[in-house]
Amino acid sequence: MSGYDFDVIQRSWVYLFRDGMTFTLTLTALAMIGGIFFGTLLAMMRLSKFRLLGLAAGGYVNLMRSLPLVLVIFWFFFLVPYIGAWVIGAKDPVKVGSFLSAVITFTMFEAAYYCEIMRAGIQSVARGQVWAGYALGLNYWLTMGRIVLPQAFRNMLPVLLTQTIILFQDTSLVYVISATDFLGAASKVANRDYRLVEMYTFVAVIYFVVSFGLSSLVKSLQTRIAIIR
Amino acid sequence: MNYHWNWGILLQPEPGGTGSYLHYLFVGLGWTLLTALAAWVIALAIGSVVGTLRTTPHKWIVRLGNAYVELFRNIPLIVQMFLWFFVVPELLPTAIGDWIKQVPPPWGSYVPAVLCLGLFTSVRVAVQVKAGIGSLSRGQGMAGTALGLTLGQNYRFVLLPQAFRIVLPPLTSESMNVVKNSSVALTIGLLELTGRARAMQEFSFRVFEAFTAATVIYLLTNLLVVIGMRMLENRVRVPGLIAASPTAGGH
Repeated sequence: MSGYDFDVIQRSWVYLFRDGMTFTLTLTALAMIGGIFFGTLLAMMRLSKFRLLGLAAGGYVNLMRSLPLVLVIFWFFFLVPYIGAWVIGAKDPVKVGSFLSAVITFTMFEAAYYCEIMRAGIQSVARGQVWAGYALGLNYWLTMGRIVLPQAFRNMLPVLLTQTIILFQDTSLVYVISATDFLGAASKVANRDYRLVEMYTFVAVIYFVVSFGLSSLVKSLQTRIAIIR
Repeated sequence: MNYHWNWGILLQPEPGGTGSYLHYLFVGLGWTLLTALAAWVIALAIGSVVGTLRTTPHKWIVRLGNAYVELFRNIPLIVQMFLWFFVVPELLPTAIGDWIKQVPPPWGSYVPAVLCLGLFTSVRVAVQVKAGIGSLSRGQGMAGTALGLTLGQNYRFVLLPQAFRIVLPPLTSESMNVVKNSSVALTIGLLELTGRARAMQEFSFRVFEAFTAATVIYLLTNLLVVIGMRMLENRVRVPGLIAASPTAGGH
């Protein structure tokens, strides 16, 4: 441990947090919102009475869940320019920055995991609730939106947040497309100053503190919001 | 979509001269499986011990087990890879550290990747094993004690044989996670399946052929793992118990 250079952290922490951590947190937040939105839609598809919708959603979810995230990141990194060109009708693949690419990747990937959580959440709501909704004359969307989903979200809140902590850790994999997230920023400094030991232990400590703190919060939340039945 | 597929590329030789690209990818699958298997052995061994220790009546052992779990669970896998690959050799005595750095590839990346993935996964196994022991009715342990078994015998003959069978389904999804997570080892230079698909894309500029081939190989591997574990589950199922359903986990 002799020659541990704390100075390099002092010199670079502004850059690490202002550029790197901002990237990581923005990516986590956007992917969480998008992932829960699409995940809920996928869960509703999986549970719908239209078999084809269920099959399509199930196929997508199982495909995403059986592939390594690193491979999916590569897939979307190269696929998104083509999809962009297709959407705006351009002839050549459009240029997409690593941030947008990462947001799309993590939204689509995490949607599969959030879908399974929301599916369990929707199934945890008593059947009578749905019947009561229909009996009151509400249609499918109103029953879902006003009655089933609010209860499903509440039941699943701790699991959704735990998945978000996993997402927060997983965003560090954008390293493979050379994005400057927290790890990417630290890695750039580490290689520039040849201070790998200091930078990577620092990164590990920060990730640990944030993840551990958040999961402790989730645990205390879990006991507070638990519905006593 | 404006992309011209060229599947013939898979049969063309890769620039390293070891054979076709398809062969190149399958060697990658070999490394993926070799990494995952070795890591899985470590994970099962350590995970079972730590998971069991966390259910013992000794308070400080439980705390130690909890600390172990929290440590490996709250640091991203890729950061742990970097710690094993870049940091550990520097912290060891200079002679050993220098020796480690001179280990020729691919073993120089393989060994840290296996250690890292093994310990990372051991935590998830420990959580499952603890849950499995916790799901047994309290009477089982009490009956063991009443029969005069020591704590060790109680675990050996009463609790663990039941707990392991109960946690088999969640362990199936963990064993698939190990295969998937081994792809992170490409960041420390191990050319496993994803790493080779990426390399093939760089050599041949055939982006989607390379990734599609890797995707299909991963799907087939998953299928084989699931079938194998189902067979194992049927073989060791406890008569009279409703088979536990697999739970959704992280990745």
